[in-house]
Amino acid sequence: MNSTSQLAVGDAVAIGIGGMAIALHTQDLAFRRLLEDRYAGFIEAGSHPEFEFDVDLFEASDQFEPSQTKHADDDVQVSLQGGQWVLRRGDFYARWDARAGRGRIRQSRNPYAVDSVLRIVHTLILARQGGFLVHAASAIRGGRAFLFAGVSGAGKTTISRLAPPDAALLTDEISYVRRAGNAYEAWGTPFAGELAKVGENQAAPLNTLFLLEKGPENRIEEIAEADAVRLLLRNILFFADDPELVSLVFRSACEFVEKVPVRRLIFVPDKSVWEMIR
Amino acid sequence: MIAEKYIARSSAIAARLIGGEMMIMSAVDSTFFTLNEVATVIWQAADGRTPLADIVVNRICPEFEIDAEQAGRDAEQFVSELSQHGILLVSETPIMPEAR
Repeated sequence: MNSTSQLAVGDAVAIGIGGMAIALHTQDLAFRRLLEDRYAGFIEAGSHPEFEFDVDLFEASDQFEPSQTKHADDDVQVSLQGGQWVLRRGDFYARWDARAGRGRIRQSRNPYAVDSVLRIVHTLILARQGGFLVHAASAIRGGRAFLFAGVSGAGKTTISRLAPPDAALLTDEISYVRRAGNAYEAWGTPFAGELAKVGENQAAPLNTLFLLEKGPENRIEEIAEADAVRLLLRNILFFADDPELVSLVFRSACEFVEKVPVRRLIFVPDKSVWEMIR
Repeated sequence: MIAEKYIARSSAIAARLIGGEMMIMSAVDSTFFTLNEVATVIWQAADGRTPLADIVVNRICPEFEIDAEQAGRDAEQFVSELSQHGILLVSETPIMPEAR
């Protein structure tokens, strides 16, 4: 008898990211255990989730190789229909009533579909709160959080791999930024990149956003605010085909740049770069 | 007689002055623009009631010391480009707020 899994007690797995729990209900014990493994460190037992989804599985996982779906956020379609958000990709279809806090996901038996749904739902929630998900590695050092943004190949994985022991790695791929009064916080996420390792489930006040660029020496450069907004927007994850939310994300990026230092970090890929990040 | 041209900012955009530069994003297709100083003045003056020619003569020419003919050509080009993206509305008659 297996009594070690909290998930076996109920039918829900509550996944807390960014201080917000989303419960996934499924009758499939094997899938619940898969979720428990995938989101280890982010499972919230006994919490009251803000949002809940019922998950229906269909047996088509053989059609969806992980390599095809893991990073295929570009393929998702998100739209508001009849007051509900409709989220779809090849391996899932979901509807979410944000006001009621409930939704339903129909998906194949792979964790990447859940990953994508969670990212989309969080971007929709954060858009109304002044926050966002951004293609960036992030870490906490000395009680302050640092973001390292860049497109694929800019160095997110490299700088994460070089992080010293006193730095808590929040993610090597997708960072979670929340507004906290007049400032911002970075939170850890389970959304991993090439390191294939979930981040630390911690948060800290955001100190600096670095835009990564590999170069012949380590140096930090000032960057014009307008350029910072433009480059930040290029890295923010947003999926919804919705004019109001597009405007909100634009406003969030502008307000972020007005409050958080944004710098270009040109770095040699060795540990010395972290001497500048304190 | 050359018709007057009126311009108005679309309501389907988000705009913000950042570090002295006007940044505009289309809420419809997420197209992103950064305006230079002259374009920013035109943008801010695009109230739907002031003819473009008046904006050029009364705002652009004195503020940037540009001759009216050159400023007019530049303004026409700018207006044409932004209107193609739905950022600016253009009409031969004043544009009422409810039409934006």
